[in-house]
Amino acid sequence: MTSFADQPLEEQIAQWRAYLRRRQGVDGPDVEELEGHLRDELAALTQAGLAGDEAFLVAIKRMGSLDALSREFALAHSEGLWKQLVIGPGADEPAKTSHTETLVVLGLAIAAALAIKAPALFGLRIGPDEELPPFYLRNASLFVLPLLAAYFVWKRGAEVASGLWLALPFAAGAVFANVFPFRTGGDTEALTVLHLPIALWLVVGIAYVRGRWFAGDGRMNFVRFSGELVIYYALIALGGGIFTGFTVIMFEAIDVNAKWFAAGWLLPCGATGAVIIGSWLVEAKQSVIENMAPVLTRLFTPLFTVLLLAFLATMAWTGSPINVQREVLIGFDLLLVLVVGLVLYAASARDPQAPPGFFDGLQLLLVVSALVVDGVALAAIAARISEFGFTPNRVAALGENLILLVNLAWSAWLYARFLRHRGSFADLERWQIAYLPVYALWAALVVVMFPPVFGYR
Amino acid sequence: MDVGKDLVAASATPLVLGILAEGDSYGYAIIKRVAELSGGRLQWTDGMLYPVLHRLERQGHVAAKWSASESGRKRKYYRITRAGRAQLAARRQQWQVVDGALRGIWMEACTA
Repeated sequence: MTSFADQPLEEQIAQWRAYLRRRQGVDGPDVEELEGHLRDELAALTQAGLAGDEAFLVAIKRMGSLDALSREFALAHSEGLWKQLVIGPGADEPAKTSHTETLVVLGLAIAAALAIKAPALFGLRIGPDEELPPFYLRNASLFVLPLLAAYFVWKRGAEVASGLWLALPFAAGAVFANVFPFRTGGDTEALTVLHLPIALWLVVGIAYVRGRWFAGDGRMNFVRFSGELVIYYALIALGGGIFTGFTVIMFEAIDVNAKWFAAGWLLPCGATGAVIIGSWLVEAKQSVIENMAPVLTRLFTPLFTVLLLAFLATMAWTGSPINVQREVLIGFDLLLVLVVGLVLYAASARDPQAPPGFFDGLQLLLVVSALVVDGVALAAIAARISEFGFTPNRVAALGENLILLVNLAWSAWLYARFLRHRGSFADLERWQIAYLPVYALWAALVVVMFPPVFGYR
Repeated sequence: MDVGKDLVAASATPLVLGILAEGDSYGYAIIKRVAELSGGRLQWTDGMLYPVLHRLERQGHVAAKWSASESGRKRKYYRITRAGRAQLAARRQQWQVVDGALRGIWMEACTA
């Protein structure tokens, strides 16, 4: 270290360092790097004949204003857009006035609530004693996601023309969800119910990043947004459940049956409106409960790693093969989805410049053990696939398994390279976000192709 | 003569990539090289270089490694990657277009 015999100068450097550390957006290694620069500069200046304190003043001046500096750092770092809000003025987007925003959000939430009630006018009722018409399940995402996309188009100040382009996939979704003559309760209908929201979520993502899917950090921010929305939605659902319970119980006390209201209005309208309200909360409060999803990731990554390792060890010890039941493939799909989620959210919260640490090793262990478990399961299933035949469910599950397997295998490779200092963490992050459309495209394929291919059964 | 702020910002990326294309380097040396290349007329606020470097690192255009300097202090060295070279080539073409256009208009202004 270029340290100085000049004691006051060292003290000044220490003060400057402490001051810099308190800044937002500048973290440990950044401070070290900047301090190295300052020391090089000081060494050059003192060599040129300046006294210690003179040199310090000049070097500090050359370094530039710390306010501007920390803002630049925050922008350059991973959570760029995320933190701009906290940093306040200087962010280049003029914030929409919150009053207007509240009105827009309330309007959209009410629109969503009305949308879900509109089919009731045509005889498709939701009530406590009636079975839910499959129409609602097939179209669930279409009641609310277009409005959510509209909110982002408005919020990001995108042009109306580009917003109209986004309407196309929603219209296509509506067509494919409703034109096929599904057999009631058939597999292909269930597949459409599950896959259409995934396909359309990508469209919401495109609205979220203002149409510029490939530019900058937008996609990762959308991943963060999705995770936070799930958490907010779960919280709102919890509150909503309690509210519904009270509604029913209180009216029961005066012998009025409020179940028709709870099941017919409160639940469907609340469930759709909450998506809009939840999204708005995530957008508005992202600095307050920032990164809840990554916290959960940190908590559950070790637990799931232990679970998978214990499972593998037990299987190796007892030698009992996987009992290939009908739906076992879907179970392993869900496992892979979970592991991909853990990797994705760990990546979304990580500083890509930080050196590999213990947690990264743990992530690699998690991914590798998930790959092994899935490999064992796939081998067991492949051995018996002829026995089962190809049903739409199984083809869909196999396809998803393959897609997730490819993602995890490459992630494991990138993790291993990163841990051995052969690659950067940014590679892994890029791979994960580049892979996002694959899920949506596969989901779209299932919605569009599977029903006709499998005869709507 | 002070070069305008916007112009400094716009030229930062190609300059840094160009300097790293000459060989691996670190922050302080890059600043010195910029001063040398511009005869001291391109004034950077020193600190501003680092966010630029980190952004390039994030985009995969440069790779960084901490290693010991000659004085024994840990120092972060930057190296241009293949993607960075491609980016540099692209930037270079863009700047040549700008340069060509400006030359064109100034030549006409001289001869007029």
